[in-house]
Amino acid sequence: MIAGLLDGIFNGISIGAVLLIAALGLAIVFGLMGVINLAHGELMMLGAYTTFVVQNGFKMLGKPWSETYIIFALILAFLVTAAVGLVLERGVIRYLYGRPLETLLATWGVSLILQQFARSVSWVLVIGIAIFCFLFFGALWVLSRRPDFERIRNWVIAIMLPISLGVASATGAFLGQTYKLAVTKPWFGAQNVDVTAPNWLRGGLRLGTLQMPYTRLFIIGLTIVCVAGIYVFLQRSPWGLRIRSVMQNRSMSACLGIPTAKVDAITFALGSGLAGIAGCAISLLGSVGPNTGQNYIVDTFMVVVVGGVGKLVGSIVAAMGIGTINYLISSKVLVPMVAPIKPLVDLFEFFGTTSMAKVMVFALIIAFLQVRPGGIFPQKGRSVDA
Amino acid sequence: MILDAVLEVKGMKQQRKRLLLMEVGVTIAIALLLIFVMPAVLTGFRLSLLARFLALAIAALGIDLIWGYTGMLSLGHGVFFALGGYALAMHLQLAPLKNGLPEFMSLFGITELPWFWQPFYSFGFAAAAVVIIPALLAAILGYLVFRNRIRGVYFSILTQAATIVFFNFFNGQQGFFNGTNGLTNFKTLLGASVSNSQTQFVFYTLTVLFLAAAYALCRWLTSDRFGRVLIAIRDDESRMRFSGYDPTGFKVVVFAISAALAGIGGALFTLQSGLISPKAMDIAFSIEMVIWVAVGGRASLIGAIFGALLVNFAKSLLSEKFPGIWVFFQGALFLIVVTVLPDGVVGWLRYQGFQHLLTLLGRNKQVATYPSLEEDPEVQHERENIRN
Repeated sequence: MIAGLLDGIFNGISIGAVLLIAALGLAIVFGLMGVINLAHGELMMLGAYTTFVVQNGFKMLGKPWSETYIIFALILAFLVTAAVGLVLERGVIRYLYGRPLETLLATWGVSLILQQFARSVSWVLVIGIAIFCFLFFGALWVLSRRPDFERIRNWVIAIMLPISLGVASATGAFLGQTYKLAVTKPWFGAQNVDVTAPNWLRGGLRLGTLQMPYTRLFIIGLTIVCVAGIYVFLQRSPWGLRIRSVMQNRSMSACLGIPTAKVDAITFALGSGLAGIAGCAISLLGSVGPNTGQNYIVDTFMVVVVGGVGKLVGSIVAAMGIGTINYLISSKVLVPMVAPIKPLVDLFEFFGTTSMAKVMVFALIIAFLQVRPGGIFPQKGRSVDA
Repeated sequence: MILDAVLEVKGMKQQRKRLLLMEVGVTIAIALLLIFVMPAVLTGFRLSLLARFLALAIAALGIDLIWGYTGMLSLGHGVFFALGGYALAMHLQLAPLKNGLPEFMSLFGITELPWFWQPFYSFGFAAAAVVIIPALLAAILGYLVFRNRIRGVYFSILTQAATIVFFNFFNGQQGFFNGTNGLTNFKTLLGASVSNSQTQFVFYTLTVLFLAAAYALCRWLTSDRFGRVLIAIRDDESRMRFSGYDPTGFKVVVFAISAALAGIGGALFTLQSGLISPKAMDIAFSIEMVIWVAVGGRASLIGAIFGALLVNFAKSLLSEKFPGIWVFFQGALFLIVVTVLPDGVVGWLRYQGFQHLLTLLGRNKQVATYPSLEEDPEVQHERENIRN
């Protein structure tokens, strides 16, 4: 029974670590900017696909390199998703600050686009998008140096948009006609792809009867590194100081000369980059598909809500708590412990599957919010709406 | 809304009455048009699509009531929609059997009809359950959430989590609800064959009538004092509370009504498509329902209906031809509507479009009130200047 419990706690912690690493970026963005990013799961998916691509690239390099791909994949996944996050913030979210519900819908739109993009991305699509961006944004950039740009802006957009779209799709159609499948074949398709862990991450550590897979230990370690890194960044670096100050009082920080727009962009890119790292981590646990992000998004939101907004500690405690409780219920570890009480046994047996455990965890969360509506560590302040 | 206010200030009760009568007349005319003319104009396939989309429009009205008027964005209306559908589907499964089990149950090793299936033998009970189960669930969930002043995005996230929970529940309980496949293969309802084209026409007529009734209900709710309270909650809940109202009760009631509307929509949709499965309560569908309202226009009931029909027809047309493109298009729709057309098509016509018309006719612009602090142009201006 004790062994079972230990096993349960280890597994719970490893699930919690995955949840935490997925929720970390979300918690930072939500806590700082009040932005609910429903595309966070898709950013994780992008990170996972980046890992897949890096793995295939390193496979071609041969033996000593193919074992180390995971390190480079982590870095690249961070950079790629951070860049996507930056574009997202500059292009969409920036216009929606102070309207959280609208942001939620807009990011859901982004998440749909990214999902379909992962399914149907091919050379034609990439080339088409590149041509469109080059023509449209190039023209905007060239014309933006004219003094009367603001006056003609609408005209420029109205003219350049159809032209760029037309040229891009015509080129795409031409390439598709000429090279056929070589350029139109989707890179990944709708099927899931598999990332295999390097050899040194296979197998597991054996402690008595307890089996701890190295991949899970690696993820736990990665989570610790990320949390520590975020903590140091927020507490010790100049940009961390700016971020914290904007978080506490946006208008006061702006008065004191902190570039709040830049802080927002950096924070969002950071949160997105963390999503990329999370995606890299979850790619070690199972296969990667366009729907990968969807499986995590609600759980990670629960972590943020239960933890209390903008508190790193809250997210950690909530992730570990939800992960552990989820595992303990779904694996029926608790059943022998309540053996004398028949109704409780029936209850735990009924909820003893992965999907039913979620039902019970949700009920527990609702019950918990009755006691502490602001989460474990609510934000202190005088705001009426807090 | 602006129009209403101005009219009232001038004390033109008479004209209001005339407008109301006109609206009733127009509604009846549209309903009659849908029932008698549409079947002659449209092909059978398009008509059945229209019938389904009208059922979806009923659910959209419910969403408009809580999102457009009360400012609560529920991402969990798929649950209520599906619960209504399941309630009716359970009756449809049981109706042809006198004794015995629906086929799928014996496949999963269940030998006796579960107790909660028993009452669904009666049509009356099932019909009542279509309304009552979603409303009750919404009332309980709503009470627990609103009591603690959980709102805004937190409310959205909790409702979204509820969809996951119910999806898992219905997906996982294969013996009770046939899991992923859902309930399907309906034969008779009250003795009439469901697949019969005449019966289907009856269902279509019923959908139109229910939609008209739902519209009337929402119109009545929103034009009265109750509607003002809802708008007050949307615009400034704290101030509302300080003025001595308790928003919790109002929010619970409106959430329950909107869930009941979603349930009715779900039941009618199930009747016409012959299928209800857990897919109706996944996140994607629940958020899709919100975008119908957003496209049509929040806080305008016509907009909700119009948006549901427009988006769904666009979806069926586009996804027939290019299955991949629809998703891109849908994503873009979310982005464009939110950033460029926050009031939706009908909202644009009503606010900007109406203003344009007035200025064209040489009349002065009406004084605009703003719905909330976030949208006050002066506050916006200040914010933008701080930002730079």
